[in-house]
Amino acid sequence: MEWQDNALILSVRPFQETGVILELMSRLHGRHLGLVRGGVGRALRGVLQPGNGVMASWRARLADQLGSFQVELTEERASDFLHSPLLLAGLQSAACVLSGALPEREAHEPAYLGLTALLDAARVTRESDWAGLYVMWEMGLLSELGFGLDLSRCTVTGAMDDLTHVSPRTGRAVSRAAAAPYAEKLLRLPAFLLGRQAGEITPGDIRDGLMLTGHFLERHVLWPHEKPLPPVRARLAELAAAGPAPGAESR
Amino acid sequence: MTSYSAGPQIDRLIQLLGKLPGLVPRSARRAALALLKRKADLLEPLSAALTEAGRAIKTCAVCGNLDTADPCTLCQDPRREQGMICVVEEVGDLWAIERAGIFRGRYHVLGGSLSALDGRGPDSLSIGKLVGRAASGGIAEVVLALNATVDGQATAHYVAERMHELNVPVTRLAHGLPVGGELGYLDDGTLNAAFKARRPA
Repeated sequence: MEWQDNALILSVRPFQETGVILELMSRLHGRHLGLVRGGVGRALRGVLQPGNGVMASWRARLADQLGSFQVELTEERASDFLHSPLLLAGLQSAACVLSGALPEREAHEPAYLGLTALLDAARVTRESDWAGLYVMWEMGLLSELGFGLDLSRCTVTGAMDDLTHVSPRTGRAVSRAAAAPYAEKLLRLPAFLLGRQAGEITPGDIRDGLMLTGHFLERHVLWPHEKPLPPVRARLAELAAAGPAPGAESR
Repeated sequence: MTSYSAGPQIDRLIQLLGKLPGLVPRSARRAALALLKRKADLLEPLSAALTEAGRAIKTCAVCGNLDTADPCTLCQDPRREQGMICVVEEVGDLWAIERAGIFRGRYHVLGGSLSALDGRGPDSLSIGKLVGRAASGGIAEVVLALNATVDGQATAHYVAERMHELNVPVTRLAHGLPVGGELGYLDDGTLNAAFKARRPA
């Protein structure tokens, strides 16, 4: 059994003395694990960092074996993230969420493409905007897994404007007027998720967005597998809520 | 057919040697044989040295270094700068810096790095102890000498944040061109980091 595919590195765990168990998000073969012999060696240590793009060749004698990977670096990304606490927490959070949310060896090409786009965007967007993209990426992941939010109209009145909340039970949008009596029980919907953001995305918007996607990820995706939201996601929320750090690079 | 066994003592010796880094069962057998052949000049001194090390070596309560004294020799040395703390992941990193003889302050060994996926949080490292040291005052600089990996840098950002809360100045080691490195042979990540960390010439 063997295949070759583009993939993004999600995690690396040491295995015995010189090997590592590599977890990848591949384009056509989904989330996939495999052994990399000599993965802790000097030649591969820099390549095997979360976020890096690789051309992975997987080989095993039988289809259900762990198998082994040979990897070749195609896109170096990890170093774009190392300088910023927020970007780094975002990268780790995205890797952990994908690792927990996707079943192994099930093709989810949109999830691969979404993650690639999210990671590539870190090079060209400001940190505060990137945190917004992260929230959108989680929304995309939810819909890829069949739990997409319906933000097209108000579930109570049918109105298409002034949508400000989301029902935590159905995942449908609620307009400001209909939400008013239940505002405390509903999840807040930041305008940037509707593509109707007039000004800058504020730390408050990011916090609301992460609360929103976090609720549905936990309820529909992670909880059934008895997994919690990764702690690093809480750190991402904390860093995003604190706003840009003094001296943070804006690119 | 059962394999040949030279006795439980030798089997146990081979088994234990096989657990050392760099040794697999085959090389452990060779090492055991070498030890047994040179009983007087190798096996017995090694056995005594191991017993002595096991008895005498402790983890320093202040910095986490391994030494026969507690606090360790580095922590007790009055010639070292009291106000500089170099934070490293493992004792091996401390040894590497000491070998190069480039740092004349004190150390703090974290005992690993934060790992998002393995669920290794701040409580499993000795970050609390470092905060205690920094809060006790008299610290002019904390140098973060942590690995240039995703986990290492996540740890560095977290420690830096905790130090900023205490208004302790924090620096981190530069990432970039290695001494003797030729540009044509460098990996993309190192080049990227080197460009980001460029400075006026």
